[in-house]
Amino acid sequence: MTKPASIQPVAGAPFTPGRKPKKAAPDTSPIEASSKLSRTLVFVGLVLLGMTFVVPFVWQVLIALTENPSEVDTLTRTGMPPAIEPGNFAKVFQRVDFAKYFFNSLFIASWATILQVITCSMAAYAFSRIQWPGRDKVFLLYLGTLMVPGVVLMVPNFAIVLGLGMFNDYTGLIIPAAFSAYGTFLLRQFMLTIPSSLDEAASIDGAGHWRIFSQIILPLARPGLIVLAIFAFLFNYNSFFWPLILTKDDNLRTLPLGLLQFDSTYGPETNLIMAASLMAMLPPIILFIVLQKYLVKGIQLGAVKG
Amino acid sequence: MAHVSIKSVAKVYEGKVRAVDDVNVEIADGEFVVLVGPSGCGKSTTLRMVAGLEAITEGTIHIGDRLVNDVHPKDRDIAMVFQNYALYPHMTVRKNMGFGLALRKMPKQEIDQRVEEAARQLGITDMLERKPKQLSGGQRQRVALGRAIVREPSVFLFDEPLSNLDAKLRVTTRTELKKLHQRLKTTTIYVTHDQEEAMTLGDRIVVMSAGRGVGKVEQVDTPLNVYRHPKNRFVAGFLGLPPMNIVDGKLAESDNGLWFDDEQGLRVRMEDRYRDQLISRVGGPVAIGFRPSAMSEWGEGTYLPPDGVQNANRITVVPRVIEPLGDSIDVSCECGSAKNIVARLAARADFPTNQEVHLSLDMAHVHLFAPGEFGENLIH
Repeated sequence: MTKPASIQPVAGAPFTPGRKPKKAAPDTSPIEASSKLSRTLVFVGLVLLGMTFVVPFVWQVLIALTENPSEVDTLTRTGMPPAIEPGNFAKVFQRVDFAKYFFNSLFIASWATILQVITCSMAAYAFSRIQWPGRDKVFLLYLGTLMVPGVVLMVPNFAIVLGLGMFNDYTGLIIPAAFSAYGTFLLRQFMLTIPSSLDEAASIDGAGHWRIFSQIILPLARPGLIVLAIFAFLFNYNSFFWPLILTKDDNLRTLPLGLLQFDSTYGPETNLIMAASLMAMLPPIILFIVLQKYLVKGIQLGAVKG
Repeated sequence: MAHVSIKSVAKVYEGKVRAVDDVNVEIADGEFVVLVGPSGCGKSTTLRMVAGLEAITEGTIHIGDRLVNDVHPKDRDIAMVFQNYALYPHMTVRKNMGFGLALRKMPKQEIDQRVEEAARQLGITDMLERKPKQLSGGQRQRVALGRAIVREPSVFLFDEPLSNLDAKLRVTTRTELKKLHQRLKTTTIYVTHDQEEAMTLGDRIVVMSAGRGVGKVEQVDTPLNVYRHPKNRFVAGFLGLPPMNIVDGKLAESDNGLWFDDEQGLRVRMEDRYRDQLISRVGGPVAIGFRPSAMSEWGEGTYLPPDGVQNANRITVVPRVIEPLGDSIDVSCECGSAKNIVARLAARADFPTNQEVHLSLDMAHVHLFAPGEFGENLIH
């Protein structure tokens, strides 16, 4: 009986006149205030992080617009370009066969991407949807090749490609890039998330493996395919070392090799390099903008009960 | 239309784990057979072997007169409805339902005709252009059903098709399924863990168990026969809600009769007609089983079998909890060594608790089992 009585005044405290609650400001409770503070901190942090991505890009644009390589120093000192010179972009095309490099890069990266998506998705299907003896062991072995650094494989790969007569040829640049353990792994993991009852329903409906693959699994794996396509394209588009050792003719050179040409004996022409690489950045950016909506869109929802 | 014959079928995984053993079921043309059992009893595995989704390790399965052990699922002339519906999420309802027909190179016009007819029967006509994710669970279930119907297969296979629906929808869909089967008369194998579903749907039910370390068929019979004459203690306990009361005790002989006696107060005199069957068990352990509905209140105005003590026994219980169900009440009571005996009695508001009450036990519905989880039924 005494307990409730002693509790009473405490419970009524907020209503007692003269004893104002600590949260004086009517619109901001302590929780709101602290969340406002933390939100501000996060915001500042994000802005700083964003700057680290944007500043190099702005810097690149500014350098690409300076007229002469020696002015780059002025730019670095003052942060302002001495004069804007948009002619650098045209100059890139005049000085080297930039159009050809552009074509080569796009041609090789596109084919490598298309082939890689095809081979990886088929391999991933075999590794995820078909039961065959030793499947998971073979997959581990295949996955194990990811642990070997690319540089180690460079020489044997080169010897193989040379032996196959693909040296200094588009095929040598495309065929080895048409297969990827990483891509297979990526798509296999994605396909494992698709319920197996879909294949079973399809196989009862009368579909064989090819049809299940092309009409059921591939459409459902589309987000995974797009991720792989972007990765494969970027990797092959940016590839430097392999094209370097595998090509001899200038008209087989790709963009990264082409940029090297501005690094002449008289010192690097930084402004031209920047102008060229700005242009080289366009295709991946366009690709990303076009495909990103598919990345977000999960079409798998509603497959099974949900 | 076809009969299905499952003979001595077993499934062994990776050469060692035996999932199902010695399944023998003959399913007549047009029959609705339900495989029912607790999880792990191999009912789904058996169904999947019929479908061709699992290889058959031992035994044979015939659909019609054709041995299908090595026949691809698509060539077995079956249709299956999955627990999770397995609708193709990127296709419209129309495409989902027509997919199997399109693969069989049926002219588009005929596909449309069949799909629309099935949709009309199932009441999903205005959903044909929608994608599965725009449908509710019940609607998806209908689409899955429709996909099976349009194929006009000789056998329908259902793998727990109602378990993802809410209770109310489950009951209505169950009735619709039964109507559908009455109309189409297609041979049907239906898997469920829900004994109520099994009882209501099946022409015959196959009760399976997992308790012996491997999935096994315990009994194959009509629902009522399985309910009234369970072959063993497992089947008796699995079917029926509330489950059958089973009490362990001994078989004793006294007063010129055979008695079940748990030695703590529950004594039931067995009917004399079973004397010859039971006499060899006198002195040995047995278990008595009786359903909640086999009991009624002892005394005036309540049910007493015409020939009195011969067919009814008076048992003394102490009611602990009363659960009113409307027309009846479920009374949980202590009785002899048993701490929880459930009796389903006619509803009465003032039923006493925590004091001794006499109940009449209808001997026509009493079973006696050999000891053990799978002890055979000794008198039915």
